[in-house]
Amino acid sequence: MRANHDAGVSRWILRAASIAVCLLAWQTASTYHANLGLITFANVPPPTEVAAAAVDLAQSSKTLSHVTSSLRRVAVGFAIAAVLGILLGLAIGRSRRIGDVLLPPLELLRPIPAVAWIPLAVLMFPSSEGSMIYITFIGALFPILLSTIHGVEHVDPRLIASAKSLGGTRAAILREVILPGAAPAIVTGLAIGMGTSWFCLVTAEMISGQYGIGYYTWESYVIQRYADIVVGMVAIGILGMGSSFLLRQIGRWLTPWHSEDGR
Amino acid sequence: MSGRERMSLSDTGRIDARKVSVRLGRGDTAFEAVKDLTLSVEPGEFVCLIGPSGCGKSTLLGALAGHIGVAGGELNVDGEPVQGPHPERGIVFQHHTLFPWKSILSNVTFGPKMRGVKRNLRKEQAEGILNLVGLQDFLHRYPKQLSGGMQQRVEIARVLVNKPRLLLMDEPFGALDALTRMNMQELLLDIWSKVRTTIVFVTHDIDEALFLADRVLVMSQRPGRIIEELKVPFARPRSAEVSITPEFGELKRRCLSLLHTRNESNALPRLEPLGIQNVG
Repeated sequence: MRANHDAGVSRWILRAASIAVCLLAWQTASTYHANLGLITFANVPPPTEVAAAAVDLAQSSKTLSHVTSSLRRVAVGFAIAAVLGILLGLAIGRSRRIGDVLLPPLELLRPIPAVAWIPLAVLMFPSSEGSMIYITFIGALFPILLSTIHGVEHVDPRLIASAKSLGGTRAAILREVILPGAAPAIVTGLAIGMGTSWFCLVTAEMISGQYGIGYYTWESYVIQRYADIVVGMVAIGILGMGSSFLLRQIGRWLTPWHSEDGR
Repeated sequence: MSGRERMSLSDTGRIDARKVSVRLGRGDTAFEAVKDLTLSVEPGEFVCLIGPSGCGKSTLLGALAGHIGVAGGELNVDGEPVQGPHPERGIVFQHHTLFPWKSILSNVTFGPKMRGVKRNLRKEQAEGILNLVGLQDFLHRYPKQLSGGMQQRVEIARVLVNKPRLLLMDEPFGALDALTRMNMQELLLDIWSKVRTTIVFVTHDIDEALFLADRVLVMSQRPGRIIEELKVPFARPRSAEVSITPEFGELKRRCLSLLHTRNESNALPRLEPLGIQNVG
């Protein structure tokens, strides 16, 4: 136990040190306006300037609205994507016919980047809130869908055969064997989907007129407040990382048989 | 107990196979795994199937379980043709097929739950059968927290809780170490003396077959048929000492010579009872 605990602490120290080294390198490069040929740090704000901008943002009365707007958009878009992605994934993974009907249009939609959706999203949804949620939704949908299909198709056929031998009906096998069997893959898909949902946030909030961390970042670019851009980026990174972490914890709690051999 | 007395204890679990053929694979790669196989098993009898690798023993078991369709002939249990899997024809595989996400107790209550047995009653039934296999203290563990031998005991309990007419076992102890394996064989005989059912047990271990069975059926190379039937006369309950008697040695010699003459041609790839390759 003791050794385990110490190993855990030293790993956290290592992780923190890694971030500190990155920050230091950035500070040095920005302070000396380092020109590395391929990229230049001449106009990149150093971390100290970004920190000052972050303090400004933290003291601003708008901050809470920025954060809650973004959280709500991601949460709603992601939740719809999770429900739809898992349901579609189960259906497609279990039935070749449903797969034949549903997969071709989905495969056509999959490579379309979030930015390309903006004009149509604005046209399709009466409110800009709806358009923004749609873009975070479309970002999360495909990783969840594809992971679920993969998980369903890779459930051990012997487990399904055993369940049939024990009298399991199709519905019972789906609920008691397929769903838990695919659960680890689904959790992975959800964690990736959460990331891509945040990934699409700036794109989505380009439509927004007022609030949102993505909007804040975009607005800072438009009015050339470069330190604020980085603050927005870091905020999105932290929020995205936090929600993925939360999701993995929930996943671990939902699949206790699986997490034991996790790292 | 003599064989005749045991048979009279139960009247279900009779197997009649007449000229049964089973084909595996699709299209050009299809082949006959079992051909013109005829056998009959009495209710409550313990039969072991032995034969060379890939001879179709497991395929026959899969057909009895209802996982593989019969291409020709008749395969009846208690006069009814086998059609699809059914809890009355339970199967135990060599490799673990317990649900990893369910506790030991929930694995065993799965069958009763599917039949709509009330929660309290199915828990009671499962605890009773787990008691019988000596796992009453492990109800809330997950399968992978148990040893291989214990997991196989759960598999047996999970099938027996449904009071099946047939208990089909596909090399159930094949992956266990020698000592665990011996204990499991004795445990199985003990359980079988208490929960009477017909057992068809596939193995490639001659000692195991002779120790367990009322009757040993020897199969030919693929396409498999029954080429020899050996009655095992040892009185029950049996103990491990039976394997050092001269009669045991004589029967073993018979089996070896039957298997040996047919082992000279190249061995065929192993078949799985579901017609799938083993991935585990």
